Amino acid sequence: MNIRHLVKLSSLMTALVLAVALAVTGCAGGNGGQVTTITMAGSTTVQPLAEELANNFTATRSDVQITVSGGGSSVGIQAAAAGTVDIGMASRDLKPEEETLGLVVHVIARDGIAIISHPSQNVTNLTKDEVKLIFAGNITNWAEVGGADATITVYAREEGSGTRAAFEEMVMKGTAITASALLFPSNGALRTAVAGDPNGISFISFGYLDDSVKAFAIDGVAATVENAKNATYPIVRPILLLTKGEPTGKVQEFISFCLGPVGQAIVAKHYVPVI
Amino acid sequence: MSRYLTDRLARYAVFAGAAVSFLVLLAIAVFIFRGGLPAFKEIGIFDFLFGAVWRPGQGQYGILVMIVGSVAVTAGSLLLAVPLGIACAILLAEVAPFGVRQFLRQAVELLVGIPSVVYGLVGMVLLVPAIRQLGGPGYSVLAASIVLMAMVLPTIISISEDSIRAVPASYKEAALALGATHWQTIWRVLLPSARSGIIASVVLGMGRAVGETMAMIMVIGNSITFPTSPLSPTRTLTGNIAVEITYAGGLHRSALFATGIVLFVLILIINSIAVISLKRGGHAQNLA
Amino acid sequence: MPRISPRATQRIAMACVWGGGVITVLILVVVIGYVLVQGIPGLSLDFLLTPPKGGLAGGGGISTVIVSTLYLVGLTTVIVVPIGLGAAIYLAEYAPDNRITRLIRYGVEILAGVPSIVFGLFGFALFVTVLHFNFSILSGALTLACLLLPTMIRTSEEAIKAVPYAHREAALALGATRWQVISKVLLRTALPGIVTAIILCVGRAIEETACLYVTMGGCAAMPRSFLSCGRTLSLHIYYLAMDTRDFAGAMTTGAVLIMTILVINGITNWLSARFQRKMKGAT
Repeated sequence: MNIRHLVKLSSLMTALVLAVALAVTGCAGGNGGQVTTITMAGSTTVQPLAEELANNFTATRSDVQITVSGGGSSVGIQAAAAGTVDIGMASRDLKPEEETLGLVVHVIARDGIAIISHPSQNVTNLTKDEVKLIFAGNITNWAEVGGADATITVYAREEGSGTRAAFEEMVMKGTAITASALLFPSNGALRTAVAGDPNGISFISFGYLDDSVKAFAIDGVAATVENAKNATYPIVRPILLLTKGEPTGKVQEFISFCLGPVGQAIVAKHYVPVI
Repeated sequence: MSRYLTDRLARYAVFAGAAVSFLVLLAIAVFIFRGGLPAFKEIGIFDFLFGAVWRPGQGQYGILVMIVGSVAVTAGSLLLAVPLGIACAILLAEVAPFGVRQFLRQAVELLVGIPSVVYGLVGMVLLVPAIRQLGGPGYSVLAASIVLMAMVLPTIISISEDSIRAVPASYKEAALALGATHWQTIWRVLLPSARSGIIASVVLGMGRAVGETMAMIMVIGNSITFPTSPLSPTRTLTGNIAVEITYAGGLHRSALFATGIVLFVLILIINSIAVISLKRGGHAQNLA
Repeated sequence: MPRISPRATQRIAMACVWGGGVITVLILVVVIGYVLVQGIPGLSLDFLLTPPKGGLAGGGGISTVIVSTLYLVGLTTVIVVPIGLGAAIYLAEYAPDNRITRLIRYGVEILAGVPSIVFGLFGFALFVTVLHFNFSILSGALTLACLLLPTMIRTSEEAIKAVPYAHREAALALGATRWQVISKVLLRTALPGIVTAIILCVGRAIEETACLYVTMGGCAAMPRSFLSCGRTLSLHIYYLAMDTRDFAGAMTTGAVLIMTILVINGITNWLSARFQRKMKGAT
């Protein structure tokens, strides 16, 4: 085999790779007609909900594609304001300095924040005050709240998180979260962390609850969607879709879909619907 | 087209390639420094580098914790990787028969090829729960050091091996002729002669360790506290940038770019030490 | 205190040295083995051809991720190879030995050591923000190309420099212009080395994560163009492991990644071996 064969072989392989790529894209592309892409980014709390809504919305039509990214509520707000994405997702209210960005707020759901622990945790109920003291680092041992004698490991979100901001506003109320908290960049990462740590505690969106973690009852109220709906569960925040200015075209169709009966039925599975 | 014309065009095209490459370096320096300078101005270099509190929400930007975290993790990884790496280098250069040598070389090359995410994944799934048994949350300096060790090892092995091989054969022959055992030759003659190359390899490994990001985020816990023991979680300079950059704005973003400057300068210093060390040893070798 | 004989010291030392080798191989075996053992059971044609399900639980396959990765690697290679090769040829053949050249060389060396995340910052600042490419495969590819430039330049330059001087002299003696010498003699002879450089870049492109994390956007949909966001296999592993608990999926993706790298490694080795033989036998 000489150089000529080598060149032929490499060009053949490149062509093959490109062909495969094209084929896979082509198969998934469908009609190749006018396809609008709607980009969404922001809160990891909203992400799975947005993905489900998007899948449902695009299942019956081939002229729209919706891409969903994470990054946290602050990313969503900033990206929407800068025009980098069509729809920003946030799991907290806008801060005062963000109100001047020209964003239109669409509330599509309400979501509870669950305080979670490892399934083997004996403690099942905490008062709101106890939660605050644990996350502030004042209570450091499970024994102080009726559990085993073990150091509490606090897991939290990074500062750009809407879940964290909402949690701080409703529970911490001005007290800072302890500096020794282990920080992770998403709801899912927190759930994974706590699911593996018998002494862990953290806060995640209701939508992320599954049987890998256990949710505390707060002040005696269990963490269920029902209780969030009837406002007995104390930690509930809004789920927002944000657009720069009033939405038009396909973006408006999608948002109307989210606020309509089919969309709200999807919301109702893990969150509190708004209609 | 006359071949002289082609020649002329080719020369310009090729120079363009070189110019673009140089421009890229310039551009990186410009953008990073431009991004980070506001932070230095507003926060003050001293407060930024030695401030022990990092709370962007409250306007506090001190990266001392991250510096200590990066240093701790790097030191830990080198502590593990250097003995192991030098042992392997000796094995490859002096001791192993041909077949074993080929096999080991392939293995080391494979280690280089594995993406850092995979190391992080295995670290998350295997190391963190195991270390949790020893106490603490499992996400720790120890976990990060072990993961980094695997990534730094190939650098140390390959450059150290080259350095040992580069020692003039006459040294070895003289020692053996004087009646030294093989090990005595290695320990007292070859290693000291290869010292500068080995130091360079360690320094380069250090550079690689300082620059690692994704695997760090996965196993170190990212908490903004000083690590008090190998079992405590902490945060590295690189992890700091990656976790916060997507949502940071204004001064916060500038502070992250400033962290990038710190990293850039750190790597510059580390690499320069490595080059000086190599040159001093008289080997004009290719790095990394 | 009894003195240990040199022979005994040697025995112990050699045992330690061999131990070091064994541990190193063990690390490799544990990492690769664990991922392959955990991951291969989930591997199927279905896995490769269905898109990821997204959402809380992960699941689904990696078809869109593979396409994104191919787009990214393809685009990066197309950008980095001409520029890197050009710079390498310049440095090897045209550059006078003056201060500017040494500055360029020094610059390339520095660039080689800069951490991936700093490239990510740069890419985020320039391509995503200033040039408004947003989070896209294009931003990722441009950033990655900058990161891989030093590798491409260095390896290609070495390959070109390795061509025996006699070849150049012979061509010049026959009346060739400089460019003819380069294109018809040097590049042809150095081709295996240059191809190795390209494959090296491809390999590194596949495993890079940090700089792409902040420039590509991380969405899991099928990319429509180079301006779509996307994620590579490495990034997908990261997102699966961190955001969902789909460790099985992460392991399977990891297995795919590792097998790809094994194949690339194999090709590189085979090419290098041929290069060596050619160099030894060509003259």
